[in-house]
Amino acid sequence: MIVRYTSSTLNGKENREMIVSTMWLIPELLPKLMHIPDGFLNLMVVGISWVICIIALAYAVIHTNRQLGEKQVPLMGVMAAFIFAAQMLNFPVVGGTSGHLIGGALASILLGPWAGMLIMTSVVAIQALIFQDGGLLALGANILNMGVIACLVGYYVYVGMRRVLGDRTWVNLVSAFVASWCSVFLAAIACAVQLAISGSSPLQIALPAMGSVHTLIGIGEGLITVAALAFITATRRDLVEAEPTAN
Amino acid sequence: MKNKKWWVVGLIIAMAVTILSPLASPWPDGLERVAEDQGFIDRALDPFYEIIPDYVLPGVPNEALATILAGIVGVLVVFGLAFGVAYALRGKEAKPQTHQL
Repeated sequence: MIVRYTSSTLNGKENREMIVSTMWLIPELLPKLMHIPDGFLNLMVVGISWVICIIALAYAVIHTNRQLGEKQVPLMGVMAAFIFAAQMLNFPVVGGTSGHLIGGALASILLGPWAGMLIMTSVVAIQALIFQDGGLLALGANILNMGVIACLVGYYVYVGMRRVLGDRTWVNLVSAFVASWCSVFLAAIACAVQLAISGSSPLQIALPAMGSVHTLIGIGEGLITVAALAFITATRRDLVEAEPTAN
Repeated sequence: MKNKKWWVVGLIIAMAVTILSPLASPWPDGLERVAEDQGFIDRALDPFYEIIPDYVLPGVPNEALATILAGIVGVLVVFGLAFGVAYALRGKEAKPQTHQL
């Protein structure tokens, strides 16, 4: 599924292949790049991403202000804490590649896209500021992809499917699965476009490479999201029922 | 789970999830794999500073324990931040129920 060394522009490809395959023997030597590090994006992409991200977050704050109920305040904290913890659990996908939950769809389905965005921003910002996971300059792009895009796509695919298929338990779970998959896939596509504009990797290579890997990672996202929603529905149905709409 | 402190249980579940973190796959993730395969991984810059790099709490000799402790620190900080943001944005009344999952 993974496009390997298709670029003829690669220099020293055998060297790189050797270094990379040796690195796999010593996991501690692997750089942790779950999120975009600084250096992958050029300043224009960094700047545009920050602008879009700040506009979206300002809108999220305005929309959420005075709308959160008594139960939703701790629920946002718990949701963010759970997503942070779950993002640490990389699951193997295929061919020596792993993936982890993003969580944007889960947060949005439970709390709406705007509260979801604030949850994801809390997670991604702490990961960059304290854990050096994702660059500080690239933080705007990481919030844009995993916060703004993942939340909006996850929420509207979920709501759209329910509107078409009706409000039944199985429809909700299938919708949550599809919405989660779409949220990961489109976040990855956005990342590929940012890498391409930055000149890190041409679009015709970055797009299929990011797309194919995240086609599989999205399945993991869907399974975890459905499991989490099923658990919350079974234990605390009142939290789910208090779900806000995007208005 | 029916009392008002249900969210304490949620927080404990999140902390419990970090206990699994030493078992996480060490393989590169999607973006990292693509960056390696396409040869632009070298573009990554070193962080400007380091507090808890790579989700390993510095000064703890056992790496599995250091990872779990880093996770617990992260869970608490992220909980505090998101709770704080939500608290600042709370309304006086809960919104009426709209639709069910």
